[in-house]
Amino acid sequence: MEMPTPNAAVLARKAKLVERLQRVLPTDAVIHDEAETLAYECDALTAYKCPPMLAVLPTTTQEVSDVLRICHEEGVPVVPRGSGTSLAGGALPTADCVILGVARMNDVLETDYANRVIRVQSGRTNLSVTGAVEEEDFFYAPDPSSQLACAIAGNVAMNSGGAHCLKYGVTTNNLLGLTMVMMDGTVIEIGGAHLDAGGLDLLGVICGSEGQLGVVTEATLRILRKPEGARPVLIAFDDNEVAGQCVSDIIKSGILPVAIEFMDTLCIKACENFAKAGYPDCNALLIVEVEGSEAEIDYQLSKIVEIAKRHNPVELRESQSEEESAKIWLGRKSAFGAMGQMNDYMCLDGTIPVSSLPMVLRRIGELSAQYGLAVGNVFHAGDGNMHPLILFDANKPGDLELCEEFGAEILKLCVDAGGCLTGEHGVGVEKRDLMLHQYTAADLEAQMAVKDVFDPAWLMNPAKVFPLSVTEARRDARIAAE
Amino acid sequence: MRPETEGQLAEIVARLSEPVRILGGGTRGVFTSGAELSVTGLNGIELYEPGALTLVTKAGTPVAEVEAALAAEGQRLAFEPMDHRGLLGTSGAPTIGGVVAANVSGPRRVHAGACRDFLLGVRYVDGLGQVIKNGGRVMKNVTGYDLVKLMAGSWGTLGVLTEVSLKVLPMAEAEETLCVAVDGVAQAVAAMSAALGSPFEVSGAAFDPAAGQMLLRVEGFAGSVAYRVEQLRGVVGGFGDVSMAGDSATLWRDVRDVAAFQGAPGDVWRISVKPSDAPDLADRLAADGLLFDWGGGLIWARVSEGTDLRAKLGDVAGHMTLVRGKGQAKLQPEPAPVAVITEQLRRRFDPRGFLNPGLMG
Ligand SMILES: Cc1cc2nc3c(=O)[nH]c(=O)nc-3n(C[C@H](O)[C@H](O)[C@H](O)COP(=O)(O)OP(=O)(O)OC[C@H]3O[C@@H](n4cnc5c(N)ncnc54)[C@H](O)[C@@H]3O)c2cc1C
Repeated sequence: MEMPTPNAAVLARKAKLVERLQRVLPTDAVIHDEAETLAYECDALTAYKCPPMLAVLPTTTQEVSDVLRICHEEGVPVVPRGSGTSLAGGALPTADCVILGVARMNDVLETDYANRVIRVQSGRTNLSVTGAVEEEDFFYAPDPSSQLACAIAGNVAMNSGGAHCLKYGVTTNNLLGLTMVMMDGTVIEIGGAHLDAGGLDLLGVICGSEGQLGVVTEATLRILRKPEGARPVLIAFDDNEVAGQCVSDIIKSGILPVAIEFMDTLCIKACENFAKAGYPDCNALLIVEVEGSEAEIDYQLSKIVEIAKRHNPVELRESQSEEESAKIWLGRKSAFGAMGQMNDYMCLDGTIPVSSLPMVLRRIGELSAQYGLAVGNVFHAGDGNMHPLILFDANKPGDLELCEEFGAEILKLCVDAGGCLTGEHGVGVEKRDLMLHQYTAADLEAQMAVKDVFDPAWLMNPAKVFPLSVTEARRDARIAAE
Repeated sequence: MRPETEGQLAEIVARLSEPVRILGGGTRGVFTSGAELSVTGLNGIELYEPGALTLVTKAGTPVAEVEAALAAEGQRLAFEPMDHRGLLGTSGAPTIGGVVAANVSGPRRVHAGACRDFLLGVRYVDGLGQVIKNGGRVMKNVTGYDLVKLMAGSWGTLGVLTEVSLKVLPMAEAEETLCVAVDGVAQAVAAMSAALGSPFEVSGAAFDPAAGQMLLRVEGFAGSVAYRVEQLRGVVGGFGDVSMAGDSATLWRDVRDVAAFQGAPGDVWRISVKPSDAPDLADRLAADGLLFDWGGGLIWARVSEGTDLRAKLGDVAGHMTLVRGKGQAKLQPEPAPVAVITEQLRRRFDPRGFLNPGLMG
C-alpha cells in the first residue's frame, strides 16, 4: 500500500512536539517510546502496518483542542483513532503522524429517557452505550458485529451499520448531535437533543467523513425502547437465485423484517464446522428476523413462511424459543471467525441493488475460479450489502496481491451493477484507489472541497478516502508552505 | 428558463451572469429575487424497484406522480412530506426536488426519520454549471463523503438538484389513532413521551391545544395495530380520557399540513426543540395559535405579522424557522464557527453566489 513519504522536517521536530504536548496532557497520555507506539501500528486491516511518530490519549474536549492546535502549528498530520477495528485501514498511521486516540474518553454525559437520547464521550464502545440504558429497557440501535470493541467515534466516522439496520437505519440515522474539534483547535457543536439541527446538514456530512474533518469528542444519540421480543426463521434453498427472489418477495409483501441475512455454500459449511449450529446442507441460507409481541411475531413469521414455501425451500425452521433463536444466529455471528479459522481472509463490503444479486454471485463465482481463490459470501440481503470473504494465504508470496486484485474486481463489479464500493466499512486506504471507478474527478473534487473548508492544511488523516494522486497537490501545498 | 435536460440546465447555469431563483412547483414560499430557473422540465420517474424499496426520479417530477406510482405497488414515502400550499396560500404542483431541497418531513419523522434519512443519492448542477453525483441507489453506501445529506435541506443554495434516489417503504395495512383528552402542554408532552418510549411503535404523536386533544397514531398489520392500541390505552390512560378517532388519515394530513393555521392571519414559525423544553417555551412564545408534533419536538406557532420569535428561544437548544411571513431572516443565526463553515461551503459549491442567494442567510 502506497503511503505519502514521511515529512522529514516533521520527524525532526519530534522532541519539540513531545515537549509541547506534555505541557497540555498528563505525562502518561503522550506515548513516544518506539516500543509503545507499536501498539498503534494498524487497525483491523492488519495487512498494512506503520508505527506512528507519537500517540496521545486525551481525556477531555479541551485536551483534544490543545493537542490539535499544537499539531496544527507544528504542521503535523493527525490520525484520529477509536478502538482500531476499522477494516479499511481508516486508522492506519503514517510514520510522521500523531495518533489521537479517544479510548480514555468513555463517559456517559447524560441519559434522558423522556426525550429518548443519550450523550456520550466518543471513545465509549458501541455495546456499552446500550449497556448504559438497558436497565430501563432501552437500546442504541446500530449494532456492528464489532460492537463489543468499536467506539462511537469510529462508528460516526465510518457511518457504521449493523445486522438490524434494515429497520433501524445506520449511524447517521441515529445521530442527533456532536461536539467536534477542528484541526486548528476550534470546538464546534452541531445539533443536540432536538431533531432538526437547522442550517446546512453538517451533521450529515461529518458522519461518514472517516476522521478527515475533525476529531469527534462527544455524540448525542437516539435511543429506543426495546421491542417486546424478536425471533428468526431459517430458510434454506438449493439455489442463490431463488433465495434472492424470496428476499425480494418478502420485502414487497409489506413486512419489514429487522434483519435478512444471507449465506452461501462455503460460508454455511465453514460456520457449521466451526459453530455446530445445525445448519442444513444447502446452497443458500436466509435468516429472517422479525420483532414485536408474541402474536405479532407469529403473524409475521407465518407470512414469511408462506412466501418462502412458494419458492420450494429445502428446509424451513421457525424458531420456537430463545434457545433455538440463539442457535440460528450462532452460525451467522461466527461467520468471520469461522472463515478466519480456515485461512487468512479479506472481507469486502460492496453494496448492490438487490435485484442484481444472482448476476453478481454468479460473476463472483467465475472470478473465483479465474483467480484460484475461494470466496465465501455472507451479507445483509435486505439492503444488498455484500460481504464476500476471499480466502488467501498470507505466508504465500504473491497471494495477498492476487487477493487484492481479485477484491478490486469484485468491487468494480458491484459499482457496475448499480451499487457502490463500500456499504459500511468505509474507504480508508483499502478502497482509496478505486474511487475513480465510482466517481468522476469532479465528483471527488466536490467532496474534497468540504475537507478544504474544515481542514484547509490537509493535516487530518490526509492519506485516506481519495486516491493519493488526486490529493497530492493539496498535501504538497501544505508542505511547501512550511 | 426551463431546461428539459440535465445538460441544458448545466449549460444555463454555467452561462449565468446574475443570480437565479430556483423553482420546482413554487409551493414552498421561496422569497429570493432573481430570474426564475424552473426545474419542472426535468420530469419523470427513471427507475422503480419495489422489491428493493428504491425509486430514482428526476427532480422536477411532481410529488403526486411519485406518490401515485408508489401507491400502485402498495408503497409510500415514509417521511410523509408536508404539502405547504394550504398554509402558504401558494398554488402549483409540488415537486420531489423541492421536497428534498427543503428536507420536508411530516409527522412520521419522529418514528421513521426525515426526508434526508430516505435520500440515497443525488445528482445536481453546482454553481459553476458542473454536474456532480453523490451517493447512489442502494440502501447502504459509505463511499466517500455524504454530500447527499448536505444537499437535503440546502434549499438550492449549494446546487440545483436534477435527480434524486429515495428509499421507499410499504404502506401500512391498517392505521388507528388514539385521542387523549389532556390538560395543557406539559401533560400532553409527558403522555407523548410515555407513548414514544413504549415498545408499541407510535408513528405519530401530536397535540392540538385548541382542541385539548393529544393524538397517537399506530400503523401496521391489522392484528398488530389492534394489539398495540390496547397496550397504549394502558400507557396513556392515566393522562386523560381515551377515545378512538374516526378518520385517522384525515387527522394526520391536517397535522402534517398545519390545517389549524390555514386561512388564519399572521406569521407562522416552525420550532424544533427537545420535547421536554416545549411546555415552558410554548408559554413564553405568547402565540395566537400553537400546534405540537413529533411528541412535542416540533412546535408550530402563529403570531402577529412581523413578530421575531427567535429571541424567545433564549438558552433553549433548538432551531426556529419562519415558514410564513416576510421581512426578516428565515433561519436562526448559527454560532460563529459554524456560520463560518456554512458560508465557506456555500462559496465552494456556488462561488459566484448565484443560486438562491440569501435564502439561508
Ligand atoms: C470482526 C469485525 C466485524 C465488524 N463488523 C462490522 C459491521 O457489522 N458493520 C460495520 O459497519 N462495521 C463493522 N466492522 C468495522 C469497524 O468495526 C467499524 O468501522 C467501526 O465503526 C470502527 O470503530 P473504531 O472505534 O474501531 O474506529 P477505528 O478503527 O479506530 O477508526 C475508524 C475510522 O474512524 C476515524 N476516527 C476514529 N476516532 C475518531 C474521532 N474521535 N473523530 C473522528 N474520526 C475518528 C479513524 O481515523 C478511522 O478513519 C467490523 C470490524 C471487525 C474487526
